[in-house]
Amino acid sequence: MDVVLLSRLQFALTIMFHYLFPPLTIGMGVVLVYLEGMFLRTRDPLYESAARFWTGIFALNFAIGVATGIVMEFEFGTNWAAYSRFVGDVFGSALAAEGIFAFFLESGFLAVLVFGWDRVGPRMHFFSTVMVAIGSIFSSIWIVVANSWQQTPAGHRIVQMVRNGEPWVVNGEPILRAEIDHFWQMVFNPSTIHRLVHVWIGCFIMGAFFIMSISAWYLLKGRHEAFARHSFRGALILATVSSLAAPVSGHFQSRNVYLYQPAKMAAFEAQFETGRGDFTLFGLPNARAKRVDFQIAVPGGLSFLIHDDVNEPVIGLDRFRPEDRPSVLIPFVSYHLMVYLGLAFIAVTLLASWLLWRGTLFRTRWLLWVCVFAVVGAVAANQVGWVAAEVGRQPWIVQPPIVRDAAGAPLLDTDGFVQHGVVTATLADGSTRETLAGLRTTDGVSEAVRASQVLGSIVMFGAIYLLLGGLWVFVLNHKIQEGPEPVGRRVTSQDLPGAAGALAGHRGSLTSRRERGP
Amino acid sequence: MSLHLAWFILMAVLLAGYAVLDGFDLGVGILHPLARSDRERRLFVQSIGPLWDGNEVWLVTFGGALFAMFPEAYAAIFSGFYVPFMVVLFALIFRAVSLEFRGKIASPAWRALWDWGFFGSSLLATFVFGVAVGNGIAGVPLNERGVFVGTLGDLIGPYQVLVGLLAVSLFAMHGAIYLYLKTDGAVQARLGPWMWHTWGVFLVLYLLVTIYTLNRLPGATSFQRHPWAMAGVVLNVLAIANVPRALFHGRWGQAFASTTLTILCMVFLFAFAMYPNILTASNDPAFNLTMLNAASSDKTLRIGLVFAAVGMPFVLCYTAVVYWTFRGKVGVEGEGY
Repeated sequence: MDVVLLSRLQFALTIMFHYLFPPLTIGMGVVLVYLEGMFLRTRDPLYESAARFWTGIFALNFAIGVATGIVMEFEFGTNWAAYSRFVGDVFGSALAAEGIFAFFLESGFLAVLVFGWDRVGPRMHFFSTVMVAIGSIFSSIWIVVANSWQQTPAGHRIVQMVRNGEPWVVNGEPILRAEIDHFWQMVFNPSTIHRLVHVWIGCFIMGAFFIMSISAWYLLKGRHEAFARHSFRGALILATVSSLAAPVSGHFQSRNVYLYQPAKMAAFEAQFETGRGDFTLFGLPNARAKRVDFQIAVPGGLSFLIHDDVNEPVIGLDRFRPEDRPSVLIPFVSYHLMVYLGLAFIAVTLLASWLLWRGTLFRTRWLLWVCVFAVVGAVAANQVGWVAAEVGRQPWIVQPPIVRDAAGAPLLDTDGFVQHGVVTATLADGSTRETLAGLRTTDGVSEAVRASQVLGSIVMFGAIYLLLGGLWVFVLNHKIQEGPEPVGRRVTSQDLPGAAGALAGHRGSLTSRRERGP
Repeated sequence: MSLHLAWFILMAVLLAGYAVLDGFDLGVGILHPLARSDRERRLFVQSIGPLWDGNEVWLVTFGGALFAMFPEAYAAIFSGFYVPFMVVLFALIFRAVSLEFRGKIASPAWRALWDWGFFGSSLLATFVFGVAVGNGIAGVPLNERGVFVGTLGDLIGPYQVLVGLLAVSLFAMHGAIYLYLKTDGAVQARLGPWMWHTWGVFLVLYLLVTIYTLNRLPGATSFQRHPWAMAGVVLNVLAIANVPRALFHGRWGQAFASTTLTILCMVFLFAFAMYPNILTASNDPAFNLTMLNAASSDKTLRIGLVFAAVGMPFVLCYTAVVYWTFRGKVGVEGEGY
């Protein structure tokens, strides 16, 4: 196997493992703010007990998210050095902003959140919780900005680098890179808002389903019932609203994908030929025969979703040069899986909300069992959504822009293929050459790295993540079995950090439970 | 001051922040085998419990800033040091795991596993950071495009190993004094001699590295052109000399300040030796990745300065709040976890 494929596999493995945790912390952060805010307002100790319990689990997720997140930052440089040189001027700014504005905020106040229950007053503690929640949302903003820029680049120019006052050419190849032109245009590139909203909805669904899962299990086992009802109710509201919002946001995002990355949309829907777009309900794309096997489809459904007109043609993969087409199977399957999971979330949350209103939810055991396991679907939906987005972006690591006519329709070249933007570079002999204004994934990997090294790293990450995943499940199970602390057995927190007990040792690790009550 | 120089200095500041802050918690890990009972080991871990994660953010931000401001150097360093950096990642993940999971089960075998994991990963990460600094001073072979063309063997020569050991002894000394400040009683009494031991080992290695650098790598120092930089050397020597003086007089806080100053001076001297290079080409000076040719566009450097100007005061505030909240001696009264 070559360095490109191995590096893609390595990135897929490490990002998918990493992405189990940030959505949980983003989603749970919102719930923690709610619980602590309610505690401050009502002084009902049940809220404090719930906040303490979920903080322990939040911190466990956070710690693993941080440890696996450092890997991602390293990998841009270790495996994708050519890509890093090409995008550093643009992409790097977003990443640096994430570090300085989000990571310090999160990690600093996380310490107060986890270890500070008895060292700071409830107000300061609430403030820290809000800061951690804001920090995790800041961090999602910058990373989604950076990723969206790769998909729909804006606010930059592709320029040839200069060495000693001359256009730089190495071994006959002009050296190009993207340079920032308008920072805010880069930040608000055409897909940022659509994708950010959808990512947040995904995170809220995941965090809410996670809390519903554990709460439902307590309700089924008849343990910590008052606590579980409080938590379940709060999470169900978030899950219902988010589930209903997901297809709305998804619809507008898909239209945007079609506008800026029509090849990606064609892969999502296995639209091999340009023409009326059918919405496939079920089927298996057959790339060789350029058709969908076993297809059950709504005729004109895709045309309607994209153009509000069942007969309007949809651009297919045939409008792209063979080397510019994404593969179809993985984007198609993952995109459809995400859509179906999203619809299932709506069914589950609406039914649960209705039963909650009727007052019979907590007696409907089968639905509670569904809620225990629905979190797996929420995790899967987040994962396959990203798989569709990233595999559908191929073969580009930075998508070149599509050339359009005055009306905004894509221009075709003499061979009938969609035209991509180009830049003109100067060669050593003074002649010029046109190069695509993007970067292929195959051109993004590190020149200095060999396949055996990448393979070794995959084995290492595979082993350590297997261990980490196992430990996570183990500790999570331990915490769930232990459950929240009984209400009223705790000495209330001191309001003055300097008060007598405040200098008691700061025990434990980021994820540990604090000492018990008297 | 030029934009490039401003960012060169800011990179050094981020590196210094990382070395000073994560330095003491890595040092605690290196000294972890000194703890004799489970209670003492818990004490060691708890002394850095709320702090190590935030300290590591300095490294993450250093990496992010290098990517954004000097992408050519970021790409060359991270891809060139592929195997060492994978080892660092392994160590950092394993360290986080050890800290988080050691307390979860009361079995001695379980705790022993994570105790050795904490020690080994702290030692390994520190050593590799030192080796990387050694490579920075010695330079690595690059081609015209700024791509590393050497082998793993080129990265682990005797000089680099010596600097790696120096880093281990430096952080061990820094961590020993930190632990002494955070503990009391029998543990503290046992740590006393180790502050001296680690200082002694550090002094020997410091002299060896200095002699090696001056003899074999004369290009690494350019005091002739910038004699004012000798102030860094003088301050460094004074700081190192003040450690035993402060220890002798029982001024532990001053000793910690002295090791902090030692680290700051060493980062300064490292940055000074590198200037204006971010990565030195050992084979041909024409291939050096400098703060000028490895940098992003002026516009990005300027945007980054705005980020730094807005963000750094906040960062200093959070850091101050957290360190103030968790000040004082650490204890294990109560059952802990």
